[in-house]
Amino acid sequence: MSDLMLAAVTVRRGGRTVLADASVTFAAGRLTAVIGPNGAGKSTLLAVAAGLLSPDAGSVTLGGEPLATVNARALARRRAFLPQNPAIAWPISVERVVALGLTAHLPAFGDLPRRYGGAIDLALARHDLTSLRHRAATELSGGELARVMLARATVGDPELLLADEPTAGLDPRHALDAAAQLRARADAGCTVVVALHDLSLALRIADDVVALKGGRVMEAGAAANVDDALIAELYDVDARVTRDCAGVVVRFA
Amino acid sequence: MSARPPLLVAMLAGLLLVAAAASLLAGELWIRPSEVGAALFGHGETLAGMVVRELRLPRLVLAVLVGGILGLSGAVLQGLTRNPLAEPGLLGVSAGASLGAVLAIYYGLSSVLPIATPLAGLTGALLVTGVALLLARGGGTVTLILAGAAVTSIAGAGISLALNLAPNPYAAYEIMTWLLGSLADRSWDQVALAAPFILGGGALLLPTARALDALALGEAQARSLGIDLGRTRLLALFGTALGVGAATAVTGAVGFVGLVAPHVVRPLVSHRPAATLMPATLAGGLLVVLADLVTRLVHVGPELKLGVVTALVGAPFFLWLVLHLRRTAP
Repeated sequence: MSDLMLAAVTVRRGGRTVLADASVTFAAGRLTAVIGPNGAGKSTLLAVAAGLLSPDAGSVTLGGEPLATVNARALARRRAFLPQNPAIAWPISVERVVALGLTAHLPAFGDLPRRYGGAIDLALARHDLTSLRHRAATELSGGELARVMLARATVGDPELLLADEPTAGLDPRHALDAAAQLRARADAGCTVVVALHDLSLALRIADDVVALKGGRVMEAGAAANVDDALIAELYDVDARVTRDCAGVVVRFA
Repeated sequence: MSARPPLLVAMLAGLLLVAAAASLLAGELWIRPSEVGAALFGHGETLAGMVVRELRLPRLVLAVLVGGILGLSGAVLQGLTRNPLAEPGLLGVSAGASLGAVLAIYYGLSSVLPIATPLAGLTGALLVTGVALLLARGGGTVTLILAGAAVTSIAGAGISLALNLAPNPYAAYEIMTWLLGSLADRSWDQVALAAPFILGGGALLLPTARALDALALGEAQARSLGIDLGRTRLLALFGTALGVGAATAVTGAVGFVGLVAPHVVRPLVSHRPAATLMPATLAGGLLVVLADLVTRLVHVGPELKLGVVTALVGAPFFLWLVLHLRRTAP
């Protein structure tokens, strides 16, 4: 299993420290929600965890292996990364966009081997995209595109999945569907890390929560332990976390 | 609407062959197919044979090479920048080649040694693009476009200065004529000079295909898919500098082919950036061969220049593209 460990990671940008001495472990088979106010360093944390941004100090290891030593293509086969507000440049079909998730699995020359056709069909079906498969991705609504991108990220069956606000722009039904998909990946053994603004959704689906504020890890632990005090301190507003049989609701004063 | 890419490539190659055959037959002197055949396979010291072997064939080969590299680099740069308006001139390649050639004409080198013009053009292209790359080093795509625009303006100012200070009207006329772009009177010397650079440039550009596909998702996702963006950028830029630099150096500025060719074929390959490369290369070659044919067949006083014909076709297309993008942009 591939735990992802960040040890004393520091990232500076233009003289400003955007991530300070962050040490977090993302456990395999668990879904971790990264929460925190705007500018807390959530996207930076995810980019470092994905191996796309090398930290100024500290180390990142996946399954004990330092990320910096893993070849980019080999890493791409094991890890999927979905940035915030993904966009598509050309009117490529939905099916083709999803297939791009298998770029690192392509042989040196020629097209995608036929055996991957099933993976693409499965990813399309899981994200309710089968009827849209021949549609140009530029003609989709924001919510539809978000689902396409999530299908793109999960089509290669990664062992590590990092997604930055994957439910932004989704209506409640598709947000819950997307959350269920992320949950299913984690249950299948994948290490899933998601930055989320929707706290109720985050607390409902996540096993663990990492709370970031001002580039520092304020709290890291089980989602069940997140309480009013933590949320209030994190966002500087009064908050009430209510857990009942229907799920978790976070209300702000 | 979308043909299988191999079928499209075969169709375009077929069209290119037909246009190439027409280009050997047609002109001031119409030549019978049998005479062309005889000339190509080495026997027959006739006037027709001379015209085909020494005038039309090098001209045709250059047209295919120049059009091909313009179409290919246009397709690569549009994919790299994710911008449908990108074209080979973007990096200052064409302006640099023009400046080099203009200087060679200005200082009279071209009248001493005809090959001096393309040699100076090639040097100018590589120098100016080199400066653009240095300016854009470490930056992203936007920095690159801005650096290209800056060096293009500087090279343009140099060309204007040369025209302004031209020692005599004849030199100014020669500079203007060169700037219009032409394939007239090009010989095997020019082919021998340009071909290695154009083919080398093409060899650098083609391996970017897969990265261009992934770049449709943006730079962050492309990197996460294992694409080495630095390598892709270097291949695209050096390939363009070598190939388009050499092409501009021997023919002068041939505008719009690099912009138009990728757009013509893109809808036919379902808009996939990688699948655009080969068809855009063939379409570029086809466009230049046809445009060159037009310059030879349409008589309006002095011979029409190649760059004028491609601009006459290209500029309205550009306008249509802008209007079309405004309609379809979200």
